Amino acid sequence: MSARPPAASSQAPTGFGRAAADELLTVAEDVCRQARTAGATDADVLVGSGTEFSVTIRRDEVENIVEASSRALGLRVIKDGRVSISYSSDFTPAALRQFVADAVERASISDVDEAAGLPDTGEFGSLDAAGLELYDSRLASVDAGQAIELARRCEQAAFAADARITNSGGAGFGRTMGIRALVNSRGFSSWYAGSSASISAEVMADDAEGKKRNDYWYTADRFFDRLESPEHVGRRAAERAVRKIGAKKVPTRAVPVVWDPEVSRTLAGLLAHAASGELLYRRATFLLDLEGQAIASPLLNLVDDATLVSRQGTQPFDGEGLVGRRNDIFRQGQFVQFLLDTYTARKTGRASTHNAARGTGGPPTVGTTNLLLLPGASSPQEIIGSVDDGFYLTELLGFGDNITTGDFSRGAGGLWIEHGQLTFPVAEVNVSGNLKDMIRGLEMVGSDVDYRSATVAPTVKIGQMMVSGL
Amino acid sequence: MHNSPTLDEYSAAAARRLFRQRYAIDEQVLGSLLEVALSRGGDYADLYFEHRSSSSIAFEEQKVKTASGGITQGLGVRVLSGDSTGYAYTEDLSLASMRQAAATAARICDRGSNPGPAGVVDGAGPDRYRVEQPSIEVSSADKLALIRRADEAARAYDPSIIRVNVSFVEEVKHVLVATSEGRLAADYQPMLRFNVQCLSEVGNSRQMAVDGGGGRLGMEYFIDHPPESIAREAARQAVTLQRGVDAPAGYLPVVLGAGESGILLHEAVGHGLEADFNRKKTSNYSDRVGQQVASELCTVVDDATIGHGRGTINVDDEGNAGQENVLIRDGVLQGYLQDRISAKHFGVAPSGNGRRESFRHYPMPRMTNTYMLAGQSTPDEIIHAVKRGLYAKAFSGGQVNISNGDFVFSVTEGYLIEDGQVTHPVKNVNLIGNGPDTLSKVTMVGHDFTLSDGRWTCGKDGQSVPVGVGIPTVLVSGITVGGTQQ
Repeated sequence: MSARPPAASSQAPTGFGRAAADELLTVAEDVCRQARTAGATDADVLVGSGTEFSVTIRRDEVENIVEASSRALGLRVIKDGRVSISYSSDFTPAALRQFVADAVERASISDVDEAAGLPDTGEFGSLDAAGLELYDSRLASVDAGQAIELARRCEQAAFAADARITNSGGAGFGRTMGIRALVNSRGFSSWYAGSSASISAEVMADDAEGKKRNDYWYTADRFFDRLESPEHVGRRAAERAVRKIGAKKVPTRAVPVVWDPEVSRTLAGLLAHAASGELLYRRATFLLDLEGQAIASPLLNLVDDATLVSRQGTQPFDGEGLVGRRNDIFRQGQFVQFLLDTYTARKTGRASTHNAARGTGGPPTVGTTNLLLLPGASSPQEIIGSVDDGFYLTELLGFGDNITTGDFSRGAGGLWIEHGQLTFPVAEVNVSGNLKDMIRGLEMVGSDVDYRSATVAPTVKIGQMMVSGL
Repeated sequence: MHNSPTLDEYSAAAARRLFRQRYAIDEQVLGSLLEVALSRGGDYADLYFEHRSSSSIAFEEQKVKTASGGITQGLGVRVLSGDSTGYAYTEDLSLASMRQAAATAARICDRGSNPGPAGVVDGAGPDRYRVEQPSIEVSSADKLALIRRADEAARAYDPSIIRVNVSFVEEVKHVLVATSEGRLAADYQPMLRFNVQCLSEVGNSRQMAVDGGGGRLGMEYFIDHPPESIAREAARQAVTLQRGVDAPAGYLPVVLGAGESGILLHEAVGHGLEADFNRKKTSNYSDRVGQQVASELCTVVDDATIGHGRGTINVDDEGNAGQENVLIRDGVLQGYLQDRISAKHFGVAPSGNGRRESFRHYPMPRMTNTYMLAGQSTPDEIIHAVKRGLYAKAFSGGQVNISNGDFVFSVTEGYLIEDGQVTHPVKNVNLIGNGPDTLSKVTMVGHDFTLSDGRWTCGKDGQSVPVGVGIPTVLVSGITVGGTQQ
């Protein structure tokens, strides 16, 4: 399917304050205690409770209104070095009793794993959630009527922006609000509330060859008042779609490639993935054995930062109860360190970087919080202006990356750059290289920063990549 | 491994019984919930009950690393008013919570009340995935034995295989669909998946490869698919990649190997023929029924009826029978994949393609098992016909832009073709084409139709559903290959 903005959504009839948190913490602590009683050496319990609310309209008509509240519980049991993961959404006492018994029993299927287990007592901690401004209670007051109005304004602005916009894939408003609570048998018990809202639109234009050219835009923030106006979102979507009219293939050759922030975000994500402790102990990353080495352009600074006030990826504590913090991944081209949770840290003789990601349905894994490819000194215009003949990449398609070898090959679209100016649109080409060469060939880093998503990256220029077309 | 389960537990009847006995959901409750759903004047409402029990074993470094499992259950309520959908769901199957979900979904409308739904009537469906030996009743020791066989076979394949990850994932899903038009459908939907991932290390060169399979069946899967053969295939691909040369860049003929290359159909035509996009005229196949959209050699079907297939369904998630639909016959577009809303728009019968990820999601037109029928050529003839090109055999996935039809698929096992012969393996490479353009360039179709073993999952608008793909060996006369060698 075509790339779309992340769907966000939700409704808080009662709010997610202290009272709601206490109720969840009580359930979690009870489940944790029961697990210990049933024979678990250790246990941790993650409980999520939230609401989702979203409205999509298309050509002024309401397409969907989705509204629901839900909750789920995930239990990790460690019994004599054996691990099980269990999940349920049935919080009735009888069901939970059976659930805990099954979970402890399930651990006997696993083999003893020396590296398994919770962090050590004394390692736990949390940032002050209130100070991080993660939750906007006002979001709950946006009702269906207002949401429809926001979406309509967004779509109307897209149509009004350019007469060549002929169709719409829809515009929408969405929000999610909820609580995350984590309790474990080593004394950690904490929670925080979070919210997020978005307004988005996808529109299309027809080009002379009868092809439809679509693009989208969205705004997202934890706070309603900080969203861009729906009109701005609609206009951006329209601008991005019409500039693709008449897109064509280009001859195959190696050229400089300027990455729009929508795609440089993907590059940042791939580098962070390659720096995951899971791929380290599995020997499946091209960054293996390269810690401490200057392997990239000095312009590359990549950071994971859980502590930023009010950003999408901010979290007071990670999926195992370790305090949120900032970690350098690349500093001035040097690969500083891998991102680790407790398990991968123990497997590799390192310390956790507090990067345990966790959902209620699975075990902790290594993940990022706010992943930032730090901005540089050049404006996007300067970067484009520096290219005499090259490709401005705005769209990537597919999953043709091999993180083990660093080989990168994806479908692409964008605009051609001639003499420092964006000229004609380009489609149906591939862009290829190897991530090791690509980070070495990072020639310019933009000053543009946009915090809509948890991964933030500016415009960047890579000196040479293969663009294959005709 | 030869205990005999009570197979009655694994049927549509069992699904109905489960919801009735465990949650007291009977005809009366269904009727009253539908009445609440239509209380503000909706045109149509449906209820989707789901009870899903899953478990998995993750094996790594010759040990079971984690055993996981859980149960999710819930109800999704949908109310339609014209083309507008109100949707709500709850995990809590108490009457009060279910009524509240129905009342929330009802708010899509404010026309006042409706006469209320007809009573629901049972319809008996086909049974396309009768399970012989439900995996869920088999001891974990027996599953572990299979896993260890795979691990050993992968390591024995080549000394460079230094790491093997194996996973065994199973799911049992019971669903019940009731509609305000009086339809009642239940289904039992099993799913099994076995996966092997291998890392080959030679000096400083590391290569990873994955293979796997499964479907809607039980332990009998392993009779035709011994774990050793899946493991050796993953190991073979990883070892082969060690010899990989840089892939070519540019517009070249590509021979698609039988089986997994069916991904091409899924991306190049399948998504574009989903009726929601065509109803909205946002697909590059909009308004093209009856037109030539592919070479005359191409006949493409979406077939929900293949016994035990990963994409197979007895009934879709709107309660309509899954069926075989011809999408393209001899290159001519026949019709779209329909769900209820789109079928009404086009004035046709639903094609049984209304699917959803779970009770938390409303249904959309989705594929089931999508494949191209066999042609006349032998695979050798097809390869011999190419002077310089690529032979693509295994894939990690694909993606499409519905609007302009550009699609990609990522080759994990491919070879150069030089003077009609398959020569060197190439590194991972992406292919990009445009749906109708690429299908018009199908110049040879093999007689060797193969269905890819069940391991594909399709994503659309944030919803994932299991699907199948298949294709014979096919020659596409030109497609852009995203390598690095010009």
